[in-house]
Amino acid sequence: MSGDRLSYKLDSTLETVDSAEQTANRVASESGFGEDEVLQISMAVREATVNAVLHGNAYDPDKKVELEFERTENDLVITIRDQGKGLDENKIPNPLEPDNLLKTSGRGIFLIRSFMDDVQITPSQSGTEIKLIKHVHGATAGGKEASQ
Amino acid sequence: MNLKTSTRQVDGVNIVDCSGRITLGEGSVVLRDQVKDLLTKGQKKILLNLGDVNYIDSSGIGELVSAYTTVRNQGGELKLLNLTKKVHDLLQITKLYTVFDVKDDETAAVKAFH
Repeated sequence: MSGDRLSYKLDSTLETVDSAEQTANRVASESGFGEDEVLQISMAVREATVNAVLHGNAYDPDKKVELEFERTENDLVITIRDQGKGLDENKIPNPLEPDNLLKTSGRGIFLIRSFMDDVQITPSQSGTEIKLIKHVHGATAGGKEASQ
Repeated sequence: MNLKTSTRQVDGVNIVDCSGRITLGEGSVVLRDQVKDLLTKGQKKILLNLGDVNYIDSSGIGELVSAYTTVRNQGGELKLLNLTKKVHDLLQITKLYTVFDVKDDETAAVKAFH
């Protein structure tokens, strides 16, 4: 889908999470990524959409999740926006700290950063925008170690 | 495919054969209910066979952690068996691989319970 842009406006439901993951899987496959990278991209999109639906919009039926896929010359760029209060990444504890290892949540952003080449999180009073970028060329299969 | 589980007992160890996805929503609930059911029956030696679990998200990872701590807090043991590469890799990057007792041979895993 070189040069193409796909965008969706979705309800704040669990079905949206599955739908976003499946769409990401298809778009990543069509963009020529290998099996491992397709899994990483679709999982990153799933995690970002979970954040948007649960923590951003809090299942509010009046709030929507926007999902956008853009294939540029070198990248697949996926943008997810919610209409929540705005994510403060500094308030998310590092899940790799020994004291946090046995916590049952708080790994979503970490996994997203582990799987994508670049992640830009832009919170505002009208919601959070998260941009997930995967380089079409030069990305390694099997994932990269997170530095977080 | 959502998570499906079935249980069997070998030498006093409850083996929970899991197949499908452990994800936010139904998959996590199925696992939580299965572990809770065993603990209610006083069964505290639990071996989760994840050989047919082909996908797990951060909520699923959280559910595994919750199962582990819940069983341990009740004086029991929970071990993992037959991780697929995808699940193995996820536990590695989240540094949970060394937290869980992970086995790849069922007979050895059963013997490892105290």
